[in-house]
Amino acid sequence: MPTALILGAASDMAVAIAKKFASQGYAVQLAARNAHRLQPLLSDIAIRYNVAATVHEFDARQFASHPQFFDTLPALPDVTICVFGYLGDQATASADWKECAQIIETNYTGAVSILNVISNKYAARKSGTIVGISSVAGERGRQSNYIYGSAKAGFTAYLSGLRNSMYHKGVHVVTVQPGFVYTKMTEHLQLPALLTAKPEAVAKAVYKAVVKKKNVIYVKWFWRWIMFIIKCIPEFIFKKMKL
Amino acid sequence: MESEEKLFSFDDQLSAIVKQSHHFIPRGNGRCYGDASLAEQTINTLKYDKILSFDAVNGIFECQSGLMLDQVLEVIVPKGWFLPVTPGTKFITVGGAVGSDVHGKNHHVDGTFSNHIIDMDVMLASGEVITCSPERYTDLFEATCGGMGLTGLVTRVKFRLKKIETSYIKQKQIKAANLEEIIRLFDEYKHYTYSVAWIDCLKKGKNFGRSILILGEHAKVDELPEKKKKDPLKLPSRKQITFPFNLPSWVLNSFTVKLFNFLYYGKNLKREINNIVSYEPFFYPLDAILHWNRGYGKKGFVQYQFVLPLEAKQGLIEILNRISDRGLGSFLAVLKIFGKQDSLISFPSEGYTLALDFPVRKGLFEFLDELDQVVLQYGGRLYMSKDARMKPEVLQAGYPRLEVFKSIVKKYNPDYKIRSVQSDRLLLTK
Ligand SMILES: Cc1cc2nc3c(=O)[nH]c(=O)nc-3n(C[C@H](O)[C@H](O)[C@H](O)COP(=O)(O)OP(=O)(O)OC[C@H]3O[C@@H](n4cnc5c(N)ncnc54)[C@H](O)[C@@H]3O)c2cc1C
Repeated sequence: MPTALILGAASDMAVAIAKKFASQGYAVQLAARNAHRLQPLLSDIAIRYNVAATVHEFDARQFASHPQFFDTLPALPDVTICVFGYLGDQATASADWKECAQIIETNYTGAVSILNVISNKYAARKSGTIVGISSVAGERGRQSNYIYGSAKAGFTAYLSGLRNSMYHKGVHVVTVQPGFVYTKMTEHLQLPALLTAKPEAVAKAVYKAVVKKKNVIYVKWFWRWIMFIIKCIPEFIFKKMKL
Repeated sequence: MESEEKLFSFDDQLSAIVKQSHHFIPRGNGRCYGDASLAEQTINTLKYDKILSFDAVNGIFECQSGLMLDQVLEVIVPKGWFLPVTPGTKFITVGGAVGSDVHGKNHHVDGTFSNHIIDMDVMLASGEVITCSPERYTDLFEATCGGMGLTGLVTRVKFRLKKIETSYIKQKQIKAANLEEIIRLFDEYKHYTYSVAWIDCLKKGKNFGRSILILGEHAKVDELPEKKKKDPLKLPSRKQITFPFNLPSWVLNSFTVKLFNFLYYGKNLKREINNIVSYEPFFYPLDAILHWNRGYGKKGFVQYQFVLPLEAKQGLIEILNRISDRGLGSFLAVLKIFGKQDSLISFPSEGYTLALDFPVRKGLFEFLDELDQVVLQYGGRLYMSKDARMKPEVLQAGYPRLEVFKSIVKKYNPDYKIRSVQSDRLLLTK
């Protein structure tokens, strides 16, 4: 039975991804802060899909704990999916370093820290797949969320470099740019229905990308074009826009 | 109506929401037709939907309250189990099944949903969680089953399942020429586990009450055709026609009418038909055309469901007559039989229950008030889960133990922090 590790397993997107992999016969390792909260998800997955499921305490910002966290997993996972992220609040973050640091450390530093540990193990073993859920917000900084966006931009660049480096060692890296997704993170926002994916759709796309060894995926295809257009806007115009 | 909806996935999120709320009502999938799960603030359970345990040997299932029945079926049917009681749609939550204490086509044999509950957890207005059952905190248990969410938010339910050999139903359909005949047939076939009749409300004169009685039993393996024997517990294929918009109610109505006529004139040339069908079309004929997470487009329609004691057949005739005279009614009415039930506030009581829907037009509400009086006069009552308009006196007169119910609500929800548009209208929380 192949095994998938889900980092940041409490989010709606992570739950959908865990269920998708379990439904395809993967044992799942669910890692999150306050892992005891995931006990019901554990029984749910085990009962629905008849696979082994375990929960593990994991905090993206406790960098020093990452090597030990990974070493003590009951099995070396074949696929690692890095789902955790923190949107935060732009206005607060630009005034308050605590909020700002949390955004940067969760979305960038924490992800780099744990994926360094995992990719080294995968490289030594010469196999494995790493999936990073990044964000279209990282493709161009906008006034409404550039702290989050820049952390995700860093993460996207990291994943791209990691993919390049790991290619030569038999390890595959997938970058996911989900666009808008209906989740707890976005509950309070009014999202345009056409551009917004359900967590289940993201999960399906992630699974497919792993199977087909895709490099960079956008869950709804037009996001690729939207971001292309946004990136094409000349800076002297872009800086005047209210985005 | 403007309403703020809060969702949660974890216990600590729920207790934080409950503690911060000024007032709220629990909400499942919003499939009750009236205003029972509407309020300025609702707490929606749909993301709180995890399966906690499933004993496939003894048929015991335990889950969080936001899990929908379609999900329960997907897990239990392949293991040889079925829901002990199911309403006519599988897109309701387990919490909603408790809140309305739903009934199925097997009420005369198996009672309501709550008759199969082993125990459950309820979060009170204070945030405290109490485990109740027919033996523990009996008052809370009784007032929560059918209590329309007013005692607290059900968080966890453990209930017993029904053993099946196959996922198929051995179905019998019998045509009845009129109301007398259908009532006689109900009586004759009352040993059947599942029974329901569709009545054509437009027919007058000697065809008044023209109807089809649909009976069913879970099929045994040796009753299946050879091909199906290989995989007797197969789940029905999930081909659902979905609409990207809310279905206008006339579509639904004309669909049911077409279905009726098809059954009546089409393949039902014979008086009686016996066949083997999957559980899906038997229990959930409407689900096939309805997307589970959209509204039913029921705006513009009012549902009306009442029960009359067995001996009040005359009342049934009188009500159907009044409806066809006024020409106000729906084309179809659904008739079922209820067995004995001795609950505090659940709707079913022994007798006949009729469910109809009426297009909203001038004079309808006055007419329904008139019907209420006929129902009460014959010793019957209305189903709160389908109600959006009855007067508090009608509820009072139909439910003899209403005062006891109210006092239990008051005990566990002392400041009426938990309240709905319906409960305010019916003076249950005022
Ligand atoms: C096509 C169709 C067919 C139907 N057939 C039948 C039938 O045959 N028999 C029958 O009995 N009903 C039937 N119904 C009605 C339906 O089963 C009930 O209204 C059911 O309660 C809806 O559940 P829900 O999850 O949608 O809850 P909602 O509609 O959201 O809520 C219903 C009530 O339950 C309460 N509630 C919901 N969740 C909780 C919770 N966790 N804790 C406490 N209270 C809660 C709400 O406050 C509200 O009072 C039918 C409805 C439809 C649309």
